[in-house]
Amino acid sequence: MSNKAERTKSIVPIGPYHPLQEEPELFRLHVEGETVVDVDVDIGWNHRGIEKLAESRTWDQVPFLVERICGICSNSHPLAYVQAVEDCAGVEVPERALYIRTLVAELERLHSHLLWVGLAGHFLGYNTVFMWGWKYREPILDIFEELTGNRNHYAMMRPGGVRRDVDESLFPDIHRKLDEVWKQLELIAGAVTDDPVLHARLKGIGVLSREDAIAYSALGPTSRASGVPADIRRNHPYAAYDRLEWKVITTENGDVYDKAIVRVLESFETIKIIRQCLDRMPKGEIDAKMKEVPPGEGIGIAEAPRGEVFHYVRSDGTNSPIRHKVRAPTYMNLPTCKATVIGESITDATIILAAIDPCYCCTERLAVVDADTQKPLMTGKDLVRLSQEKTLRIRKELGL
Amino acid sequence: MGVTIKALSKSPWVFHVSSGSCNNCDIEILDCLCPRFDIERFGALLVGSVRHADALLVTGAMNRKSAIRVRELYQQAAKPCLVIAIGSCACGQTFFRESYNMVQPLDELLPPGAVTAYVPGCPPKPEAMIAGVVKALSVLNGGKKKGDGPKAEEPKKPAKPQKEG
Amino acid sequence: MDREQIVQQVRDALGDKIKRLHVANPRRVYVTVEPGDVVEATRILHKDLGARFNIASGMQTQTDFEVLYHFAFEEEAPNGVLVTVRVHLDHENPSVDSVVGSVPAARWIEQEMNELLGIEFRNHPEMKRLLLSEDWPKGVYPLRHGKPWEGKVEKKL
Repeated sequence: MSNKAERTKSIVPIGPYHPLQEEPELFRLHVEGETVVDVDVDIGWNHRGIEKLAESRTWDQVPFLVERICGICSNSHPLAYVQAVEDCAGVEVPERALYIRTLVAELERLHSHLLWVGLAGHFLGYNTVFMWGWKYREPILDIFEELTGNRNHYAMMRPGGVRRDVDESLFPDIHRKLDEVWKQLELIAGAVTDDPVLHARLKGIGVLSREDAIAYSALGPTSRASGVPADIRRNHPYAAYDRLEWKVITTENGDVYDKAIVRVLESFETIKIIRQCLDRMPKGEIDAKMKEVPPGEGIGIAEAPRGEVFHYVRSDGTNSPIRHKVRAPTYMNLPTCKATVIGESITDATIILAAIDPCYCCTERLAVVDADTQKPLMTGKDLVRLSQEKTLRIRKELGL
Repeated sequence: MGVTIKALSKSPWVFHVSSGSCNNCDIEILDCLCPRFDIERFGALLVGSVRHADALLVTGAMNRKSAIRVRELYQQAAKPCLVIAIGSCACGQTFFRESYNMVQPLDELLPPGAVTAYVPGCPPKPEAMIAGVVKALSVLNGGKKKGDGPKAEEPKKPAKPQKEG
Repeated sequence: MDREQIVQQVRDALGDKIKRLHVANPRRVYVTVEPGDVVEATRILHKDLGARFNIASGMQTQTDFEVLYHFAFEEEAPNGVLVTVRVHLDHENPSVDSVVGSVPAARWIEQEMNELLGIEFRNHPEMKRLLLSEDWPKGVYPLRHGKPWEGKVEKKL
């Protein structure tokens, strides 16, 4: 960097303790005037050494460990892990367990997308959307508590099956709660598609091209919004997904608007999948009762709300994995911020970064760390305020 | 001093910080603001700067990179500032204690007596968090002193998996 | 294309670079190549055949170090196949060429394997700390056998 550039550039850190992005993470934006010219990402703020801890846990203790990689994708990690173990051991899981796995996974996707919609609403200055999104998460969390015993960290997965059966007498009430959520989703979908302010705010912003999505190996809604139809549930079917009817949602433009639309439309598909699981739940065993894991290796992948979760295990025939590699989707999606936020205005920075739906704890990560010790011009809170003010300005311009 | 404490107990402004957390506790803290629990009607507010905070809600198991900042934030907070350890990780690190990337637990990281309340759970339900904050505030308000009443629970170890079912 | 055809396509494309090709099950294939061929082998899978790069994993075994590069063939849904390229590296000085030139998305994971396992990735564009804090001592690789940090890292801040 030349001296001239140093004089005009400034650094705006977002994080590490931004009240609405709960996990500590630092993006360091280098700005010239109001335009972002570079971004550094620093991760390590949540690194807890989970892969090493797994080596001193037995095979059926590991799900409790990996569940706590991430609170929102709390089911996806154990699901991918037990599938890795089953892959290594060549075990077939009973059908009822496959349906229960699908049920829990889709309920998780639903509450996660609602959470994201709420956060996005806050960043844009639609605080009612934040309250709304989180209010309608509550019935989902209630369903979890009735079905599994906890609002989060459901501890349902075990190698070979699931740990607990589900009580079918709860199903009619679950259907009723889903009816309510469906109605609310229709409201929000209508709002997003009809609101000219949101169109002005989000269309064409933070575009991730198809080529970049492929080059970065982006995952989940982040890549599906860029026209890459990769969904692990369809491409590498697991659990009961290939026995149910549902659509993969893909859009073409790769901007923040598309990322939001993909998540909203996926939520409808998710409810359809949940309903089918409830209606078609087969009778039978819930556990293949694995006794041991033979020497070998296995890979398990699952589609978490944010994209593919990847677990690799190596066994030497003993009680514990001798290696457990975990990769969460945000690890691949985070670097895409280089492609999406550079060249954009700082007023859009927070919503562009949030559009990746970063689950920092998954990647443990993201902190954008900058080697400079330059004094920040603004805090992350200021950036959120700028974003909210931009929405108001656009509303005025449109005469609304 | 009496006026400050009374004001404090009426509308606590809380600052939330996390170090090495899975984020579940953090989400449930935000949940307290949302319509079902709505602690804003009690005047509780999540503030953006630790300097405005009456209470510091800390989550996470204290990992090496971010724990130092928890201590810095505590030092920056205007006293009296309640520190409430939310979640089993903040209470005692659970199984993360043996990890290579963890430092000492929160109540050893901060000065002795800094942590006013422990709310265990993985994650604690919003009702438990609210109860914990209220109890901590009542300590300041001249209610039960720390150490009176039921002891804070030991952080729960994760359940041993059952062999059958 | 069904899964067997995908595997055959990989076999044909990698040709004599394959030291060993093991079909663990219809969805999982493990290909061992020489460390000198890893850049070209990963380029063939990722650029020529269009496989998505999942992630890489490194590990220390009793006799050597292994680095595995995992790729997903998934255009022929639902016949997705994961193909893993494996290299064996020297136990004393594990070192291999970086694949970032052909697989740009491997940038972070090579940094991670370097700092947690001490594997050298030659010609990596920007090898620097990723996860561990700055005060973590050099040369202490937590994912290696045992507890390499004991006695070397102060647990208390």
